[in-house]
Amino acid sequence: MMSPARNLSSTTWKAFFGLLIMAVQLLPIYITLTVALKGQTELSSVWAFPARPLWDNFVQAFVAGKVARAFLNTAVITVAATAAVVILGALAGYPLARARSRLNTLVNDFILAIMMIPALSLLVPLYVLMNRLHAISTFQGIIPIHVAFNFPLTVFLFTNFMRSLPRELDEAAFLDGCSVYSIFYRIMLPLLKPVTVTSIILTSVAVWNDFQFSVYFLQKSGMRVITLAINGFFGISGSNLHVGSAAALLSIIPVTVLFLFLQRYFVSGMVAGALK
Amino acid sequence: MNKIYSKANILYIPVLLILALYVVYPFFDGIRIAFTNWNGFSQKFKYIGLANFARLLTDDSVRVAFVNTLIYGFGSTLLQQILGLFCALLLTGPYRGRTVVRTVIYLPVLFSAFVMGAMWYYVVQYNGALNDIVTLLGHAKVFWLSQHTVTVSLFVLINTFQYMGVSMVIYIAGIKAIPVTYLEAATVEGAGAWRRFGQIILPLLFPALLTSITINLIGGFKLFDLIMALTAGGPGYTTHSLATLIYATYFGGQQAGFSAAIGLLLFLTILFFTIVFNRIVRGQEVEFT
Repeated sequence: MMSPARNLSSTTWKAFFGLLIMAVQLLPIYITLTVALKGQTELSSVWAFPARPLWDNFVQAFVAGKVARAFLNTAVITVAATAAVVILGALAGYPLARARSRLNTLVNDFILAIMMIPALSLLVPLYVLMNRLHAISTFQGIIPIHVAFNFPLTVFLFTNFMRSLPRELDEAAFLDGCSVYSIFYRIMLPLLKPVTVTSIILTSVAVWNDFQFSVYFLQKSGMRVITLAINGFFGISGSNLHVGSAAALLSIIPVTVLFLFLQRYFVSGMVAGALK
Repeated sequence: MNKIYSKANILYIPVLLILALYVVYPFFDGIRIAFTNWNGFSQKFKYIGLANFARLLTDDSVRVAFVNTLIYGFGSTLLQQILGLFCALLLTGPYRGRTVVRTVIYLPVLFSAFVMGAMWYYVVQYNGALNDIVTLLGHAKVFWLSQHTVTVSLFVLINTFQYMGVSMVIYIAGIKAIPVTYLEAATVEGAGAWRRFGQIILPLLFPALLTSITINLIGGFKLFDLIMALTAGGPGYTTHSLATLIYATYFGGQQAGFSAAIGLLLFLTILFFTIVFNRIVRGQEVEFT
């Protein structure tokens, strides 16, 4: 038995550590917010919350910084890439989960091996390829890149999930006269909801947040995504740190809101993705 | 049934075609480019044998970037395990406001590492939040972003804070999988909190530990966004990782051939550690009976 005094102090310590960790995690967001709510002439410490918050930086981010355009570009790329990854990934997982053959084991191993290749190590040859395809700074250029590098994990998740579904379901449907394709469409598809949610979350967060591909392959200012727009505020050319901070905050709002509402799916999905 | 299913094999052809074009072909083309002196845009180039690979061994920027990459990888991994495990233990017992704390710790995982770097800029810049505290304590302001060792350590810390939620979540799942009876039995036998941790929780968490280490290590080796947001590898090349050095060598240095060779070095580094840790993981599966 713990003595009440010791119990109390351990509770206090626990609360203290919890608050400390939260403070560290929220610090950059808070400081960015105070900067975003002040004008360029304001000289007070970044710790001080402004007495009269100035919302003009957020407006400026949208107008001068063309952040609206960047948001739109990012949204188009994210939706298109995620849809392609999930649809094609689910289709690919079906034969890999069900048709056992030496060929399919090979295909499966190949897709897993691809996961070992970090995209960053391929950027030079990828740039050459994109140049040859005249695909630099285009939607049709960047979207397949995101699709390709998000495929392995998605295919893996769908394959594993479908393997866990009982084969008796398919066999019954087959005896009732279903073709392989209608087995997928009528039997499998309705059961795929959990793994589909996981794949959508993993892919869309990765694409929405991307900087590494975008900085290589989206060079025209009209094709900027949100991370590149923020980068623009830090550059030598148009450095306005106050508008930049507003843009940074705007960019994390969608994912934060989604996370707060769908937390359960996010964490289980992220763990599934991490554990591979 | 198997034969009938095989008809569905055409369903994975689109995936294979896209992977072939965007991953397999560039992978081999990258090896080819690494044997050339191509500058990245000219029509002319020569095959120069192993010169680029020889340069990997002697070039000072590669040496610095390689050492930094290992520091980013191992440094953040070590801290993430300590903090992640600490948070997991803190938040699996009775704890008021547990969900809120977990949410706040995990939230940065979902942010773009580039945006995270941009937000930390307001904290660590010369007139930023951190130097306000330094001044308050009576010291001279510190150049957090332009001193080799300080800046590299700072990147390790920022990367740790952003992704320690991943380790925390893995450890929470691991702790929850430990049968309560084990811990109860140990308590009855008179084991204190530290012994329960050292002799039951930690050994049973070993698989989770290895998983978490592998993920964090690979993530740390690939550090790119954060560096690009805060220093772009500078001053000089002191804070480069291999990933940012690839970018700088290609676009800034116009040495596509050498850049491709650094790409191969990054690939082999990550492959090496992935294989090593997978080997260890396989030998360490623990089953709860």
